[in-house]
Amino acid sequence: MFSFIQEHDFNQAELYTKLQQDAQHRAPGNTGAIVTFTGLVRDFNMAGDIDGITLEHYPEMTKKALDLLVEKAVTRFSLTSAAAVHRVGRIYNNEQIVWVGCAGAHRQEAFDGACFLMDMLKQSVPLWKKEFKGNTSKWVEAKRSDDAAALKWMTKP
Amino acid sequence: MQITVKTFAQTRELSKTPSLHLEIEEGETVANVTSRLKNMDSNWALALEGSVLTARNQQLCDSKTVLGANDELAYFPPVTGG
Repeated sequence: MFSFIQEHDFNQAELYTKLQQDAQHRAPGNTGAIVTFTGLVRDFNMAGDIDGITLEHYPEMTKKALDLLVEKAVTRFSLTSAAAVHRVGRIYNNEQIVWVGCAGAHRQEAFDGACFLMDMLKQSVPLWKKEFKGNTSKWVEAKRSDDAAALKWMTKP
Repeated sequence: MQITVKTFAQTRELSKTPSLHLEIEEGETVANVTSRLKNMDSNWALALEGSVLTARNQQLCDSKTVLGANDELAYFPPVTGG
């Protein structure tokens, strides 16, 4: 299990290998599925085109919250490993912003774990997006649909 | 006793105060401190209006949470990562 909060870009292949090695170390020969998700910055919002986003965070809390989520995913879905990486700072259109990976014995728990990580990350990890275009910028407002997605996991047995 | 108050994102911009030290009494809750901050000036009143989350020592908490010496209390808007 691992998580990183970082300004620089990440390499999916390296993260995949690290996750696979960790799963093999934690439960030798028991990983039959790995699901990964990568989020990118889109070049538009409700109001029109943007140049990118700036991500602010609460440094002392972000890593703790992300570690806790990864641990919860592993326990809840009996995963062999899980990981999450989130970038902060200035990120331009089409760049990578977030990566999650889940390894499990079967595909269903790996898919569920990845969905859980993303849905809960959007609700409980202290990160805030501000979209910018030229010299203007605007905070992104939290979406009700993200709350509903997280609530789904909280109410599921 | 003293606590540290921190703010982030819109809450930081509106309050114009990223961080401050505050003297509180034994047994004071997050709600007490929020009320005191709102009465400090119009910037704080605006910053803490509406949907603002709180965290005590880097863990999300509610307004009934009792604060202790050297606690870190953070105010911030609903998160938008991912």
